[in-house]
Amino acid sequence: MNEKTLIELREDIRSKKISSTELTKFYLNRIRKHDKKLNSFITVTEEHALNRAKIADAEIAKGEVKKLTGIPIAQKDIFCTKGVKTTCGSKMLSNFISPYDATVIEKLNNEGSIMIGKTNMDEFAMGSSNETSHFGNVHNPWDLKCVPGGSSGGSAASVAAGLTPCATGTDTGGSIRQPASLTGICGLKPTYGRVSRYGMIAFASSLDQAGIFARTAEDCALLLSCMSGYDSKDSTSSKKDIPDYLEECRNLNSTKKIGVPVEFLQDLDGGVAKVFHEAVKELEKMNYEIVDISLKSSKLGVSAYQVVAPAECSSNLSRYDGVRFGHRADNVKDISELYKKSRSEGFGNEVKRRILVGTYALSAGYYDAYYLKAQKIRSLISSEFNAAFKNVDLIIGPTAPDVAFKIGEKLNDPIAMYLSDVYTVSTNLAGLPAISIPMGFKNNLPLGLQVIGNHFEESRLLSLARQFQEVTDWHKRQPGEFK
Amino acid sequence: MSTEFVSTIGLEVHVQLNTKSKIFSAASTEYGAEPNTQACAVDLGLPGVLPVLNAEAVKMAIMFGLAINAKIENNSIFARKNYFYPDLPKGYQISQYEIPIVSGGSIEIETEEIKKIINITRAHLEEDAGKSIHDLFVNETAIDLNRAGTPLIEIVSEPEMANAKEAVSYLKTIHSLVRYLDISDGNMQEGSFRCDANVSLREKGSIQLGTRTEIKNLNSFKFVEQAINFEIKRQGKLLLNNQNVVQETRLYDPQKNETRPMRSKEEANDYRYFPDPDLLPVEITEETLTKIRENMPELPHERKTRFADQYNLSEYDIGILTSDKSLSIFFEAILKERDIDPKFTANWVITELLALANKHSINPQDITITAKDFADLLFSIKNNEISSKQGKSVLEKMWESGDNPSSIIKSAGLSQISDEDELNKLVDNVLKNHYKSVEEYKNGKEKLFGFFVGAVMQESEGKASPQIVSKILKNKLKK
Repeated sequence: MNEKTLIELREDIRSKKISSTELTKFYLNRIRKHDKKLNSFITVTEEHALNRAKIADAEIAKGEVKKLTGIPIAQKDIFCTKGVKTTCGSKMLSNFISPYDATVIEKLNNEGSIMIGKTNMDEFAMGSSNETSHFGNVHNPWDLKCVPGGSSGGSAASVAAGLTPCATGTDTGGSIRQPASLTGICGLKPTYGRVSRYGMIAFASSLDQAGIFARTAEDCALLLSCMSGYDSKDSTSSKKDIPDYLEECRNLNSTKKIGVPVEFLQDLDGGVAKVFHEAVKELEKMNYEIVDISLKSSKLGVSAYQVVAPAECSSNLSRYDGVRFGHRADNVKDISELYKKSRSEGFGNEVKRRILVGTYALSAGYYDAYYLKAQKIRSLISSEFNAAFKNVDLIIGPTAPDVAFKIGEKLNDPIAMYLSDVYTVSTNLAGLPAISIPMGFKNNLPLGLQVIGNHFEESRLLSLARQFQEVTDWHKRQPGEFK
Repeated sequence: MSTEFVSTIGLEVHVQLNTKSKIFSAASTEYGAEPNTQACAVDLGLPGVLPVLNAEAVKMAIMFGLAINAKIENNSIFARKNYFYPDLPKGYQISQYEIPIVSGGSIEIETEEIKKIINITRAHLEEDAGKSIHDLFVNETAIDLNRAGTPLIEIVSEPEMANAKEAVSYLKTIHSLVRYLDISDGNMQEGSFRCDANVSLREKGSIQLGTRTEIKNLNSFKFVEQAINFEIKRQGKLLLNNQNVVQETRLYDPQKNETRPMRSKEEANDYRYFPDPDLLPVEITEETLTKIRENMPELPHERKTRFADQYNLSEYDIGILTSDKSLSIFFEAILKERDIDPKFTANWVITELLALANKHSINPQDITITAKDFADLLFSIKNNEISSKQGKSVLEKMWESGDNPSSIIKSAGLSQISDEDELNKLVDNVLKNHYKSVEEYKNGKEKLFGFFVGAVMQESEGKASPQIVSKILKNKLKK
């Protein structure tokens, strides 16, 4: 059953082939059985899930089905969940229980889905390997010695191992797409503003965007239609209408020309390049016109990102001061020591590094040289994408520079770690939607194809992804140990 | 050689806007609730929450900008001012930095010596912080976040005031303006209206401003005046002794009437301002501006002009009546209640009512006597029901008891005898007792008329209406 897509499971539930309770128990059992190896969940909400499943079954019996009635889903532990611990992967919030639900959680609940747990993640979503979590590494289901990517590593690993049919994630510089690539599943980052950020613990507010992990493009489309929409609690959320993503994913056919940025292929690992060219060939066979394009400034993306994201994070994380909630140090002599000790004890190294970098970048005398310069690069990247989309309908490339790396391999080399995001950060800087879908393997480890669309053109990239998945079966592969 | 110094003052006024809810959340802004009962998830800065701008606060800032003829920025930006303090839940205050909503503009101030224009640099929107209460627990500080997120406009003047009197006049003018606009209750005791004063001295004749100090958080006109005067003296002494003024923030201690440097925790602040990514630029369309402009209430100077046209009062009277919005409204409400002479009304409001208010240290807006009761009182005086002197004591009783004038007059037996039959009897008695004088009067000694009136008044123990007595006397003496 764990090989089934979300759409298939939904059919099974609606046709009463299986009850929601049975389905929920099935996944809870798989978590119990397999997650010791993966560590993909921080909290498993068994009781809550079974209660919700009972309600779902009652609704199904009455014929009252919503878009996701009875479907289990794992929530990244960055989304505030009322009454359930929300840790954000940090010691700072290891005992934090939110008094409210994030809008994403509320929307998914309202469509009848069932939260089965909160997934592991890099601390405050800062990381590309899930190694910065206070709750330990997550292991890649394809090779337990490897990382699953990050920051949404727990969500990606749990979907890849079939511990849940789908999971939420957040993507600030690649935190959905890179782990999707490294674990061989689909990961969608919508346009900035498409999904409300309310209740999603902020890392870098101008880049953060909630998204999803699932097996297929269609599953992503269905979930996106449930999560999207304007939220009066988030001023940066968009008032644009929500199309029927599933319908458009199935029927939209206007894409003709697809661009490949030459910059994405320079210095690319040979094995990855080979897999990518195979994918391009598939698209050509489907009569898409593939053209070279240039996104010169995208090379500056990581640098700009590593200024903007830490700058915003340094301010966003100021609220964790030990005064009102979160970790509070004992035996302090004054307020200044309370701050210093609580924050020193509550945050891990990567978070501290970014707070320091960000504080520095915003300081008087450095602001212009760093923050303002980075914002200029950001505008440049945006305008290059705009120009590119006048010529092509979609842009493709590899999602990550390589397959999953070994746990510990890059932990002490932050620059190498940051380069994991080299192909993904530009879209965050420009606020564009992008998806990563499985495109093949190198050394028995999965690789993702990134498809980038213009603002609010999720349907277009979902449609291409679906067509690619009709002629390939990479997305159907499962890691042996978790079949 | 003695050097003469001149002082320069600039003010930063913080005005709490009287919106119902906070600037970035739906929590109530009501003053005086139980601590921390009016702080929602957003005000507490819980993980994941986001600010949403209160459109009403923007409207009020625009109204202020229009009232001082300032430029209204059509895309102003909110920025984060980053610093750690226990009553600042997010670790940053959302304020405006590079592009404030209001820039430029000016107001006219007036002291006994001078009338002048003070230019306003800018006015920006921001959120208030919570309150740290240091004296509630031993060795512990209590935090009340009810105030956190209350909308403020910070109004920054150019350093153009020459002394404490001008600074107070500036403050009073701004205070009156925000009350007229009804964008703030201006309550200084509750902290709705407070200011920081920047004070510096320079040698007379020099253009270069001297080193300034900033006196924080002054919350009464009196304290502003005293603090500035103290600071001018203090800096003057330093300079005369060839010592330097240190640029620092100081606090005013009203008990000792002195300013002191604030503790050094505020030192070397780098607020690391940057545009708040959670909020969009505040877009203000021409249409919005027009709509607000069309619905602007009457401003203090406009009301002054209208009063002058309408009521034939002295400039002094108009100045006082319009200096406070509620006083001017009270004045006009009296005239609406009863047909009374405006000059007579103005005299009573200014000399009697305001004197009472001052005696009790009550602000005009907090006077509880209603316009109707006050009008009835004036009407009784005008119609000779009671004398002016009695009127004053009735007013005092109204102030104390809240009773209406007619019941006070009745219960105190104050009302004049104006019943003609009764007065006729009194007059007849007097004329009978003074028949000789009546003869003399009739023979041409007309100045005796006053004597008869006085005699009747005496007979009535002062309660007779002198006007009616005169009328009756004239009639009877004619015959």
